[in-house]
Order: sequence, then structure tokens, then C-alpha cells
Amino acid sequence: MWRDTLLVAGKDLRIEARSRVALSQVAPFGIIALVLFAFALGPDRGPMAKGAPGLFWVAVLFSSVLAIQRSVSVESVDGARDGLRLSGLDPAGQFLGKTLSVATQLVVLEVVLGLGVVLLYGASIETYWLIVVSCGLGTIGLAAAGTLYGALSAGLRIRETLLPFLLLPVVAPVLLAGTRMWQAALAGGTPSNGTPWFHLLIAFDAVYLALGVVVYGPIQETA
Amino acid sequence: MTTNTPVQSPGVMWATRVIGLLALVGTGLTVWLGLWVTPPDKVQGDLVRLVYVHPGVAWVALYLAFGLAAACSLLYLWPRTRSLFWDRLAAAAVEVGVVFNVCTLISGSIWGKPTWGVWWAWDARLTSTAVLLVLFLGYLALRRVPAEPEVRAKRSAFAALFAAVDVPIVHFSVLWWKTLHQGATLLNANLSPTIHGSMAWTLLLGFVALTLAFVWMLLVRYRIGALEDYLGSGELDMALHDRQSEGVVADPTPEALAVVGNARAPAEVSR
Repeated sequence: MWRDTLLVAGKDLRIEARSRVALSQVAPFGIIALVLFAFALGPDRGPMAKGAPGLFWVAVLFSSVLAIQRSVSVESVDGARDGLRLSGLDPAGQFLGKTLSVATQLVVLEVVLGLGVVLLYGASIETYWLIVVSCGLGTIGLAAAGTLYGALSAGLRIRETLLPFLLLPVVAPVLLAGTRMWQAALAGGTPSNGTPWFHLLIAFDAVYLALGVVVYGPIQETA
Repeated sequence: MTTNTPVQSPGVMWATRVIGLLALVGTGLTVWLGLWVTPPDKVQGDLVRLVYVHPGVAWVALYLAFGLAAACSLLYLWPRTRSLFWDRLAAAAVEVGVVFNVCTLISGSIWGKPTWGVWWAWDARLTSTAVLLVLFLGYLALRRVPAEPEVRAKRSAFAALFAAVDVPIVHFSVLWWKTLHQGATLLNANLSPTIHGSMAWTLLLGFVALTLAFVWMLLVRYRIGALEDYLGSGELDMALHDRQSEGVVADPTPEALAVVGNARAPAEVSR
């Protein structure tokens, strides 16, 4: 399973390295979202720095929808999905591989957006480990749930509109947890409410990773 | 002519009518008791009358409908119990659940405006109810994508499963989001009024009447769903034929048949 995970993740990341869609389209989209949020809030630094954690996560969520759609669409042509199913690779490995690939791209995106938040909104990070933990756990959850919903909507012609509708309410807890942990990180120190969010993200990740490992095979029959 | 039209057995049809009648009588009684018989509340005044309906509607939407849909979806996914029966029941439960969920939000808002001064408060309960509604709507949107009944059933069951596991996580996240961020919520002031006598009975009757209404809607919606699948499975001709033999639908004219492109000879159609 782990070997298949690395194979599939390697394949997706190689495609990305050669096509550079995430880098040239998804990341700029995230930056545009940050700039638009700034326009919506006005030029004062106060509201921007205050809203920075939430705006960062909203931008990540929207960008993750694009990244997941890209991850699904690379397999939608030339019968690639059927090829993967016929390849004999473990479905659980395929799921973890695609999740790993999406997560890697999202981490790069989060670094870019994090820099954007610091530079554009004037947010100053006090507790770095909270940022790293919230982004790490949040990214795994987003990638796992996103890959599951991507597989569910893979064969649909109206995937572009349906996927965000299905996925965004489900990942709302990631937004809440990530935002609260970021707020704590910007305020400095470990807050009293840091721990439950940490548990919540772990629970979210565990649930969707476990679900994906179990049902990714059967789900492909519906595409 | 006897066909295997998937109408429910006479027993179920009869039970549906009885449940529908009981739901109607129960709702009527609740309205009568709630609006005329029970006294106004000391604290809330006439606003308390909304409380006879609102918790019952919420109970149906949040626990009964969604719980049933999740259970049915699991039963569909389990190979030994796989049957389109569970899929249709889950779909019916979600559809009726959406109606009750919207009613929960509307009745809650009507109560909230005079009590809290706002139509909407970002309270944990309200927020998770709203997220649940969006999850429900996503499920229904996915169901509307045309597909073979088995493929659609499987896809929908997975979607319901993914959403169902999210419900406790959403619940805790919005709870902590609210309670860990700010102090006491607005809700606590009036949430646990002491209820007794006629008020308690009216509240209980409301629960029973709304549950019966849910069951009635569920049975009717299930039947419609089964008939839809029956029609969709390319047996429209046979269904029409049945109805013609009952004398409900007029025999199609040859011109109409030509328009539809039906290859059947007129003599065959008119038996």
C-alpha cells in the first residue's frame, strides 16, 4: 500500500511539476483572493490584521477546491481512471497517494498565502509551532476529504459546480479550527482553547483518512 | 392486466391513510391547544406558543430524518442488505428532512426576533442546523445527477455517509467556536422554562403529531420515488397501459403516437 501511495503521489506531482497548473493558476488565485479581501475590508491595517487568520483559511479552502478539481481532471481524459483501476494498484494506496499529492501542493500554497497575509495584512506571527501544527493537520484533512469527494464526483459532467457545494460545508470545521489556532498564534502564547481544536483536527483527519482507505475502491465503481 | 407496478401493498396503503389522518388530527389538536387552551407564559407571553411546534419540528429534522437517512445509506452500502428500498427510503427521509429543517430555521427565527432582537444569532445550535441543511441540500443535488438507479444509489449512499460522519465534528466545532470565544450565549435565558400541566401535554402532542406527519410524508414520498424509478426504467408504455385499462388516462390517438415516435400499432394500443 505504501509503495502504491508513493507511486500515485509521484505521478500526480510529476504531472504538476511539468504542467505547473497549481503554481501558475491556483497560487495566483489565492493571492487574488487575499487582495480582494483587503479591498472588501478597506485600507486600514486594523481590521485586516484582525481578520487575517480567517481570510487565510478561506483563501486556502477556495484554492483547495481548485487543486482537487485539478487532481481529478488529470485522470479524466484518455481513460486514465480506468487505467489506474486496471493497474492493480491498491485502492487505499491510490487514495493516500492522491491525498499526499494534493496535501503537498496545498502546503506550498499555504506558505505563499502565509507570506501574503504577513506582508499584505501586517499580521505578525508570535507562536510559530501553532501555525505549523494547524496548517499541517488542516491540510491533511482538506486533502483527504477533498480527494474522497473528488472521487465521488469524478464521472460527473457538472463536477465543477457540484464539488464545492458538497465539499465546503463538510470542511467547515477545518476552517473554524484553523482560524482559532491562527488567532492564538498571532496573539502569542498557547491559548486555553488551543487544545480542543487540536483534537478536533486530529479527529477530522482520522475520520476521513480511514473512510478513504476503506471506501476508495468501491467509490470508483460509481464514476 | 396485472403488472409488477411497485405500488405498496394494500396494508401499507391503508396504514399510510390512517397515519395521515392521525397526523392531521394531532396537528389540529396541537394548534387548538397551543393557540386557545393553554395560558400565555409568565416570561415569554404568547411567544411560548411557538415552543409547542418548534422543538417537534427540530426533532424530526435533526434526529429522525437525518438519522434515518444515515442508517438507510449504511444498510444500502452493506452488501447483504443492499436493496434500492433503502436508497429510496434515505432519499425520501432527506427530502422531507430538508422541509422540516427549513421549518426549524424559520420558526426559530420568528421566535428569535422578539426574544433576542435579531432574526439570526450565530449560536451553536443555529449554526450547526444551518450547516446540516447545506449538507442535506448537497445530497439532494447529487441525487439529481442523472444516472442508473444502482449507480445513483451507491453514490448517494457514500455522500450521505461522508456527511453523516461530519455531523458530530461540525457540532463540536461550532459549539467550541461559540462558547470558547464568548461568554454565555443568548439562548440560556429562556431555553429551560418550567413547563407543566396543559403546556406539557401540548408540547408532547406536538412531538407526536409532527412525527406522524413525518412518517406519512416519508411513506408517500417513498411511493412516488418508487413509481419514478419504475417510469424511468423504460416501462412508461406499460404504466400508461395500466392506467388506460383503469380508464384514468385516455387512449392515445394515432396522431399523438406518431408525434411521440412510438412504433406501436394503434390496434395494439386499443387492445
